[in-house]
Amino acid sequence: MRNLHRRELLATSAFILFGSTFARAGIIQGSLPWAPGAGAPPIRVLPGPWHFFTPAEGRAVEALVDRMIPPDPETPGGRDAGCAVFIDRQLAGPYGRSEGLYVSGPFRTGTKQQGAQSPLTPAMQYRKALAEIDAYCKATYGGRTFADVEDSEKDKIIGALETGELKLSGVDPKVFFTTLLKNTREGFFGDPIYGGNRDMVAWKMIGFPGARYDYSDWIDRHNERYPHPPIGITGAPSWSPR
Amino acid sequence: MRKLPHKDVVIIGLGWTGSIMAHGLADAGLDVIAIERGPWRDTATDYPPSYAPDEYRYRIQHELFLRPAQTTFTFRNTMKQDALPIRSWGAFMPPNGVGGGGVHWNAEMWRFAPTDFVIKTHLTERYGEKFLPEDMTIQDWGVTYDEIEPYYDKFEYLCGTSGTAGNIKGQIMPGGNPFEGPRSRAYPTPAQKQPYNATLFAKAATDLGYKPFPQPSGNMSQAYTNPLGVEMGPCTFCGYCEWFGCGNYSKSSPQTTILPVLVRQQNFTARDNCEVTRILLDASGKRATGVVFVDTSGEEWEQPADMVLLCAYTIFNVQLLMLSGVGKIYDPVADEGTIGRNFTHQTVGTATGFFDPKKFIFNPFIASGAIGMCIDEFNSDNFDHGPLGFVGGGYMGQVQTNGRPIETTPVPPGTPTWGAKWKQAVKENYQSTVYSGSGVHGSFYSYRDVYLDLDPVYKDRLGRPLLRITMDLHDNELKMSAYLTDKYAEIIKAMGAQMVVKKPRTGPYDVAEYQTTHLCGGAIMGTDPKTSAVNRYLQSWDVPNLFVLGASSFPQNHGYNPTGTLAALAYWSLEAIKTQYLKNPGPLVHA
Repeated sequence: MRNLHRRELLATSAFILFGSTFARAGIIQGSLPWAPGAGAPPIRVLPGPWHFFTPAEGRAVEALVDRMIPPDPETPGGRDAGCAVFIDRQLAGPYGRSEGLYVSGPFRTGTKQQGAQSPLTPAMQYRKALAEIDAYCKATYGGRTFADVEDSEKDKIIGALETGELKLSGVDPKVFFTTLLKNTREGFFGDPIYGGNRDMVAWKMIGFPGARYDYSDWIDRHNERYPHPPIGITGAPSWSPR
Repeated sequence: MRKLPHKDVVIIGLGWTGSIMAHGLADAGLDVIAIERGPWRDTATDYPPSYAPDEYRYRIQHELFLRPAQTTFTFRNTMKQDALPIRSWGAFMPPNGVGGGGVHWNAEMWRFAPTDFVIKTHLTERYGEKFLPEDMTIQDWGVTYDEIEPYYDKFEYLCGTSGTAGNIKGQIMPGGNPFEGPRSRAYPTPAQKQPYNATLFAKAATDLGYKPFPQPSGNMSQAYTNPLGVEMGPCTFCGYCEWFGCGNYSKSSPQTTILPVLVRQQNFTARDNCEVTRILLDASGKRATGVVFVDTSGEEWEQPADMVLLCAYTIFNVQLLMLSGVGKIYDPVADEGTIGRNFTHQTVGTATGFFDPKKFIFNPFIASGAIGMCIDEFNSDNFDHGPLGFVGGGYMGQVQTNGRPIETTPVPPGTPTWGAKWKQAVKENYQSTVYSGSGVHGSFYSYRDVYLDLDPVYKDRLGRPLLRITMDLHDNELKMSAYLTDKYAEIIKAMGAQMVVKKPRTGPYDVAEYQTTHLCGGAIMGTDPKTSAVNRYLQSWDVPNLFVLGASSFPQNHGYNPTGTLAALAYWSLEAIKTQYLKNPGPLVHA
């Protein structure tokens, strides 16, 4: 075919963003194409150094997620729940690169109804916005970074991102806020396997049993609190290595 | 381009309609090949219970869907705008891979109403021609409910559908939907058990004078062995249904109903990860000679065949017809051409009910995809539209499918989007809120300026023009959604909610906001080749050895989920091919 670019095809015709296998064209005849161990289980995020963030960016994001979801006496905040670790690993992976999305130009500004049109990947968005936020803080608060200003100031800054009042060069503050809020919630409420929701603190907070797969005995027990603690894809907190 | 050995039938896309047609035609002795753009998918390898319940992977990151990088669409509300590409999915979720949308649907097993199939005639007779908006282009289907009833039945028995019949051969049955068309027999399995929120909805609806019934479900209420001998297990109400594959073999899908049998038929072959790029026509343009597809290494292949069955998702059917030069592309200004016309979606509204956390524990995570109690008083023409100034309607129900917390942590209006107050509100309301994403499942009738054509600017990875969607909501649909959502909110209120937040569909149509994946039309069926792409047997008017299956054939979208109807039409078309076409290949209808 005239316009066929072989490299692009290889990159786009068989996406698997989570597993480790690579799909190739195949012929199936006579029996189901099933082999033991052929699945694509998710890869567990391990704690440790940042994969994407610089140390300064990591501090800023930990401070941001801990104001977006602040700690309270019963439930840890975004930082201790691992939201920044979750975001870091996502930005270092396919999500951060907009892998699988349509990224061909031309890029034009459309209406709200036409959806997001930015050429920036999430990783680029974070890199630019975090630098801008720290630069703003240093200029405004006597050389202090976002992580070092008072909580009340942090809240004002996040509020100004949400309304778009805090202008950032090269990145739309509202778009960044929306991305950050979405990612923070994903980290907080997603399975702990991705690095957030540490020890299933978010699920315990609301009473969500997580990856349990059978409520047959509970479907007709109405208006009764489900008594069992949550489990995740990799098990329960008590099973986790410390 | 390398040429492969000739086949009797080539099928493009191995989802519900492709599986049904492949099984039927292989069974009739034909040599059949199915070519599927995405990967082979199966329970054990792709969504086993050990990691299927993963909201981030499957719901948020769209693991089982097409990637926009493979191909996407451009979108605009009106003909005056420039269309822009859909860079990540929003309003609908195009499937990819063997099983198609049947892998990750909720399995809501509705039939359309008898009047839906003759809607233009029916509404004109009851309300007069002037009652319909001038630019509304609804049409009768060219097939009637009675004609396809046996095929609805066949699909429901293939799937083991769980439900309570409301009308068996004209006799109204207690506990079922009294408005449904007559069915030849009861559902194969009894209705699913219902959670607290659905039970409260049913009681409230009954108190208000409605007749609630359980939503017909492709999530099994009990173990079932279908007529092909394939076994399914009972649903465990895990709350990971729509957007997910079922790890329990409990949700009707090609994988759990047809494929294990189909793949053993020696005259059937499938190719996965191969994308058909065009249908080949002979010099006359009146006969398909096969298809061209491209594999993952970029190699192009020609697959010759006597018959071509186009069984992709709605909008890809339309795109492939346009790119292959089958029929004439619709021009809304001249009102000419058939490919791309009468494109529709759904008009979904809902209302969220906040209840007293001290008194109500709903355990919203205990659910299935097609669970819930519904009413049908405001669907189709079951109510008098005369004083209301609109046509169409929808079913409504407490049909909450999940309590997965990234998506489903509703908070009352006025709550900040972050911070301590947000966190507290999430905690307080999680267990005591009812929220059905598609609580009011409204129709979307067709209009002259809602259509598909080829985008002049943006291309896919193969260099082909993207399909362009021009779509907006018209006043008729907005009025309908507002009226129905009010009625729905009254029921939620009567359930005992402290606060009800109404969310009728409002315009303009937003391609970033999820409604349903029920895109319909664009290659519609009908009786007139000037205003339809396929005849009543889904046979192309232009190329008689080409059949186009799926919801692309719906002349407009009605107030129910489409899969039951598109599967019934597949069986109806299959029967016509087997009993008429194979004996005498050529047009089955002479217009």
